[in-house]
Amino acid sequence: MGRSSTVKETQALFQSLRSAYAATPNNLKIIDVYVGFAVLTAVIQVVYMAVVGSFPFNSFLSGVLSCIGTAVLAVCLRIQVNKDNKEFKDVAPERAFADFILCNLVLHLVIMNFMG
Amino acid sequence: MASPESAVNGPTMTAGAASKSLRNAFGGVIAFIILVLIGVLAFSIRLFSVIKYESVIHEFDPYFNYRVTQFLSKNGIYDFWNWFDDRTWYPLGRVIGGTVYPGLTLTAGTIWKVVNSLNIPLSVETVCVFTAPIFSAFASWAAYLLTKEVKGPGAGLTAAALLAMVPSYISRSVAGSYDNEAVAIFALVFTFYLYIKTLNTGSLFYATLNALAYFYMVCSWGGYTFIINLIPMHVLLCIVTGRYSSRLYIAYAPLVVLGTLLASLVPVVGFNAVLTSEHFASFLVFIIIHVVALAYYIKGILSPKMFKVAVTLVVSVGLAVCCAVIAILIAVVASSPTKGWSGRSLTLLDPTYASKYIPIIASVSEHQPPTWPSYFMDINVLAFLVPAGIIACFMPLTDSSSFVILYIVTSVYFSGVMVRLMLVLAPAACILSGIALSEAFNVLTRSIKNRKKEKENVEKKPTPSKTEKRLLVLPLEASVIAVLLLVLLGAFYVVFSVQVHCVWAAAEAYSAPSIVLTSHSNDGGLHVFDDFREAYSWLSHNTDVDDKVASWWDYGYQTTAMANRTVLVDNNTWNNTHIATVGTAMSSPEKQAWEIFHSLDVKYVLVVFGGVVGYPSDDINKFLWMVRIGGGVFPHIKEPDYLRDGQYRIDAQATPTMLNCLMYKLSYFRSDFIPIHKTDGKGFDRVRRTEIGKKHFKLTHFEEVFTTHHWMVRIYKLKPQRNRIRGKTKKSKSSRSVSSKRDVRGKRNPWH
Repeated sequence: MGRSSTVKETQALFQSLRSAYAATPNNLKIIDVYVGFAVLTAVIQVVYMAVVGSFPFNSFLSGVLSCIGTAVLAVCLRIQVNKDNKEFKDVAPERAFADFILCNLVLHLVIMNFMG
Repeated sequence: MASPESAVNGPTMTAGAASKSLRNAFGGVIAFIILVLIGVLAFSIRLFSVIKYESVIHEFDPYFNYRVTQFLSKNGIYDFWNWFDDRTWYPLGRVIGGTVYPGLTLTAGTIWKVVNSLNIPLSVETVCVFTAPIFSAFASWAAYLLTKEVKGPGAGLTAAALLAMVPSYISRSVAGSYDNEAVAIFALVFTFYLYIKTLNTGSLFYATLNALAYFYMVCSWGGYTFIINLIPMHVLLCIVTGRYSSRLYIAYAPLVVLGTLLASLVPVVGFNAVLTSEHFASFLVFIIIHVVALAYYIKGILSPKMFKVAVTLVVSVGLAVCCAVIAILIAVVASSPTKGWSGRSLTLLDPTYASKYIPIIASVSEHQPPTWPSYFMDINVLAFLVPAGIIACFMPLTDSSSFVILYIVTSVYFSGVMVRLMLVLAPAACILSGIALSEAFNVLTRSIKNRKKEKENVEKKPTPSKTEKRLLVLPLEASVIAVLLLVLLGAFYVVFSVQVHCVWAAAEAYSAPSIVLTSHSNDGGLHVFDDFREAYSWLSHNTDVDDKVASWWDYGYQTTAMANRTVLVDNNTWNNTHIATVGTAMSSPEKQAWEIFHSLDVKYVLVVFGGVVGYPSDDINKFLWMVRIGGGVFPHIKEPDYLRDGQYRIDAQATPTMLNCLMYKLSYFRSDFIPIHKTDGKGFDRVRRTEIGKKHFKLTHFEEVFTTHHWMVRIYKLKPQRNRIRGKTKKSKSSRSVSSKRDVRGKRNPWH
């Protein structure tokens, strides 16, 4: 009895999650897809390393951290661009995007140096 | 809307706004001038040793850094990265590129290159000597920026002025002290400033700069682990106290990813950035902040009822997964004997660890716990202002002020473990004292201003009472007297006495280059003891380039830098067994010591002896560490053999093992003939203040080749093996057999 109510509650939860998420604007959804892609790439790399072994460890590190780094930076961009965030309403989205580009540049410069 | 009152207020309002902006501009100019003066103060207070002695590099470690910088300036950066040094740690060598923190040498090398390309002909030594004062000026400016972010420009200026003068920082950054801390403290304060700035503004640009400043800190000093553990602690504190905001995420998450990558770039750190326990805290908090961020996001888009359902679901499922992951992690970490921490970090966490397991770390005098007077000597009156600053940080508790509180608490703990970490306490103490002083002035002047306003505008009663409720206001008479008192006290005690104390500390206590010693003779004149450089120059002029010199590890860096000879062990102390070998040789009788040294191809042995002039840091006083470290690796050296009643003695009561060991013999050889003493013939040791136990002995396996003017450095040569076939001896070492023949004839020529 309790179990079916939990299942129903879980279903209602997922329903409300989906409907709330569908309400977010498109540009934020694009950023979310980008974050998901980056995380997926990182997971694939970790699985590959588990299969093949971690010999050039610096290459593995730089690959995984590059994916996680771009994911983190994209989340920061999303935070700054999101119109619901009161703290960032006076930051122009172009400024946020420029910061994002700069940080990515530094990240990828370091990645290319470290990959070996 | 245009009532007569507002029409009257209109022009006065714009005039008020204009005068306010003029005052702001004026204040900005004054702040700039004060900052320039603070920089000049920070630079000049560190120049005492250059004025009193000469522009020379001090101590031991700076000589190594100087030698590395010379190599860099001569051979360029690619050779520097790939340098394998074969003139130290004799049979093993040392990979310099992979074991040195390159920040300091690269900074000085860049300054030298830039200055020389502008045709200002500064030598490498001059650049090295003056790097520390320049960067201390930069550190004061960074402290201004940091405190301005926390409390305001007034507190910033006070903190900067205090950091320019505080003796603890002066002690490690005088002109000539060319060591990692000279640039590392600037990097530390600047990294913290950028972190707080990112936290306050939420801008990714400052987050990038923060990561780059952290990279500079990793390049400069092993103390970077303090940053990478303090910032996660602060993030955790903010989350736990409910101060999570998206700015916190922007301040922390990019720093972890970029910071780990940049830290792995530095060869010294390499993969330790992801494999050692010092960094695990940052990864753990990275995961935690992502969980918290996700929780807040879902809370934002769901209704409260649905959120409760989500929480129960997540907690039940997530807890199981979490426990599994944590169990695996603990198993992996616990499998290594040191739990993944390095020896030095373990010493910081458990202060008794080093004395039990790693005597090398325990023997360094900088790693001893500080005494209470050293707190007062090093940070003076700031020790009393720090608690006031902590309270002032709570007045409005913001993210940045909670960070400063955490910083001071952790640095006080670590400074209590090792005296060299008083240096990390100094900026924190200055920041908090600046905040305390600034807040005191603010409260008192505000109460004077409010009372004056109240007296003048009687109609506007509601406004002052409202401000009175929020701000702290004291009675007028008391506040006027208090301000005057504070100003007087500040001028006389805080500034004057601190200034006098700091200048005295800089001039007398911390400016000694320790390679040149001075003392005042009876008629007031200055007597200079330049024995170390005398010995090193004798070595460089009178021995072959490939000769190996054995000494205790303190003098390794100086010997390679100034005498340019290969040494067995030096201050890097990375190989405990090798140091234990030298320690065992020094503690063994002559024959065994000769055999150990001969197996390592040593030709000369260097011993520092202070018994004639009363120099207390000589090798006999360090002998207990030689025995302990040697005994730690070679069990036939037992410390009780050298002790009489639990003490090391060198007089007639000393044990026979002590009287026969090499260190005793090399230190006291011929010391009963000292002509300087009035008690000659009796062999009186001025440091230990007794007569020595064994006198008038001869050396069988070593011969004395040089003793400096004040008998402080004594150099001995290994005698060739006696029972060799004559033909072999004649063929390979003819000059030595000639000299031994000369000895046999009786006339001793110490200059051969």
